[in-house]
Amino acid sequence: MTETEKKKKADRTPMPEQAPEVRRRNFLEVPTGYTEEMAVTEAQRCLQCKNPGCVKGCPVNVDIPGFIKFIAERKFTEAIRHIWTTNSLPAVCGRVCPQENQCEGQCILGKKGLPVAIGNLERFAADWEREQGTGALPPKQSSTGKRVAVVGSGPSGLTVAGDLIVKGHDVTVYEAFHKAGGVLVYGIPEFRLPKAIVAQEVNFLERLGVKVECNAVVGRTVSLDELFEEGYDAIYVGVGAGLPRFMNIPGENLIGILSANEYLTRANLMKAYKFPEVDTPIPHGKNVVVLGAGNVAMDSARTAMRLGADSVRIVYRRSRTEMPARGAEIHHAEEEGIEFFLLTNPTRYIGNEKGRLIGMECLKMELGEPDASGRRRPVPVEGSEFQLECDLCIVAVGSGANPLLTSSTEDMKLNKWGYIIADEETGKTTKKGVWAGGDIVTGAATVILAMGAGRKAADSIHKYLTFGW
Amino acid sequence: MFKIVRREEMSQGNVVLNEIEAPKIAAKAKPGQFVILKANEEGERIPLTMADTDPAKGTITIIYMVVGKSTALFKSLKVGEGFQDVIGPLGKPTHVEKVGTVVCVGGGTGVAVLYPITRAMKKAGNRVVAIIGARNKDLLIMEDLMREASNELIVCTDDGSYGHHGFVTDKLKEVIEREKVDQAVCIGPVPMMKFCSKLTKEYNVPTLVSLNPIMVDGTGMCGGCRVTVGGKTKFGCVDGPEFDGHQVDYDELMMRLQAYCEDEKRCYEHYCTLHDAK
Repeated sequence: MTETEKKKKADRTPMPEQAPEVRRRNFLEVPTGYTEEMAVTEAQRCLQCKNPGCVKGCPVNVDIPGFIKFIAERKFTEAIRHIWTTNSLPAVCGRVCPQENQCEGQCILGKKGLPVAIGNLERFAADWEREQGTGALPPKQSSTGKRVAVVGSGPSGLTVAGDLIVKGHDVTVYEAFHKAGGVLVYGIPEFRLPKAIVAQEVNFLERLGVKVECNAVVGRTVSLDELFEEGYDAIYVGVGAGLPRFMNIPGENLIGILSANEYLTRANLMKAYKFPEVDTPIPHGKNVVVLGAGNVAMDSARTAMRLGADSVRIVYRRSRTEMPARGAEIHHAEEEGIEFFLLTNPTRYIGNEKGRLIGMECLKMELGEPDASGRRRPVPVEGSEFQLECDLCIVAVGSGANPLLTSSTEDMKLNKWGYIIADEETGKTTKKGVWAGGDIVTGAATVILAMGAGRKAADSIHKYLTFGW
Repeated sequence: MFKIVRREEMSQGNVVLNEIEAPKIAAKAKPGQFVILKANEEGERIPLTMADTDPAKGTITIIYMVVGKSTALFKSLKVGEGFQDVIGPLGKPTHVEKVGTVVCVGGGTGVAVLYPITRAMKKAGNRVVAIIGARNKDLLIMEDLMREASNELIVCTDDGSYGHHGFVTDKLKEVIEREKVDQAVCIGPVPMMKFCSKLTKEYNVPTLVSLNPIMVDGTGMCGGCRVTVGGKTKFGCVDGPEFDGHQVDYDELMMRLQAYCEDEKRCYEHYCTLHDAK
């Protein structure tokens, strides 16, 4: 048997994880991480393709075979350093990227068997560095004297900050919340992305010299023009989508109906699952319904289960194939006992005399002709109304563009949905000296796409600071 | 940290004033806007409309009644100590212009929120009649400041221990019947705002109210502060906190304010037990 054949034969190394019946009631991270042995074994499966599909599948083009080779050779420090040249948040990406649609989806081993576990290896390298690495910082160029303000400390903002600080620019990140990290802190739950890891990534940037100013609501506390007056040479806007969508059906303001943004912010940022040890409460539903089937819906459903719900149901108007969540999240949710009511659409909420939610009425759907999104349009089945008992409903049907900053910046053009118009290649907006990227440009998307936009904008900002607009 | 530079207790310690160092907010804030405060790492984010700002000194003033764990924790902070986080200014400022005669009605700690608006209304050239009320004399706050900020001040107490014996709505009605009123601003407990608005609607007097729904971020991100105004859902934090008093669904607001009442009680009891143990 040749070396290549041996590799093809080898099974993908599974990531150890907490058993479903245990983890469904705790907030500890679900996958517990590779050991060094596991990582080396998995890394050895990589065929080191000459023309690797995985790199093309990555929005920030991490040299995947390159860092995997280092792991296979047990050169873990070199592996993380290699990742850092293209990705400043590997501990995050290893955990939350939709690898199956990106790098791993392009892996040649995936054609006949299972692809190399690229995400798991990326996570391993980052975790190894955090736990056992030297803590040494990557090299940084001498100061250019140019100042950049980054608005929003989510994945795209942190990427811009990381890229520009090593190029010698002076970078300050503004965050509206009291803690930096954006969606990584308020949105993604502890059991999927421990907050200590996000804090570490932010701390890494601070050690490189990035200044982080929390409690600064740009658009209220300070405007973009005032930031320029303060002496900034360029501004990057990465404030996220940040406007919750509701269903706009009767009864939506009953007590017990929360946007996923509110529910997850209470749980994640405010740590309300520790109430009353912390002061922020969160509703504990007995029978919980989550509307939507994206990652945010899965996060909400799994949070509700961990808060002690008897039943948690995902209600989604399309079918399983259209569910936008990562495969791993759907799988984990099912293992934890989340039920799926597919092809089901709520039509109204039902409350009691105290204005508290006690149930909802739903309609069965069937798939019709494809719509504008290319997905088959769900059509109601006449007379199929039925009621679901529930005392808590989390609405996770997407977000729109939050107008707080954009409405206070008159000379920055928006599209008809309120998102910022920015050049696809450079991230330049219509306002001189201002770039934008991430969800406030594209609408709600993924961490890695926001990081990709940040990377492009950082390159463009660097060119501007060096050569002009 | 946002340091407390001045601290006063009113209403026998039930109501507390904190003047806080927050130069950026003080420079920007306008009457009607609010801040979100968080005392410490484990603290809750509490929205409070500012009672005053001093841009020169770089301070903002908040006045709150101790009603639960978070406000009890705020009360425990001494001068020189401070809040871990203060965020603002948030919300839309009050629309202040010269309209003629403005009646400013305040109840309970709502008077604190009303004070800077009253002052601004007078400064804009309006004749300002202020009506303030409380359950009893001890709970009445800021009487002297309100007298200074208005052309005429009327005081009411529910139990008759001071001023007019009765509700602010009695006096509001008297003023509207006595002279032409071009605008009313009513700030206080939800039932007070509801009944003031009901009255002013009968007389066709445009009315502003300032709402304080439950919220988390204060930037339009969570939607916890949903209020129904004119049949439409609005976010208190970014569309408000001030709304047309004639359009607000007060019953829904009162109901939604009860969302966490059991939890709040439990948390406060937990705090008091720990506090007593110390």
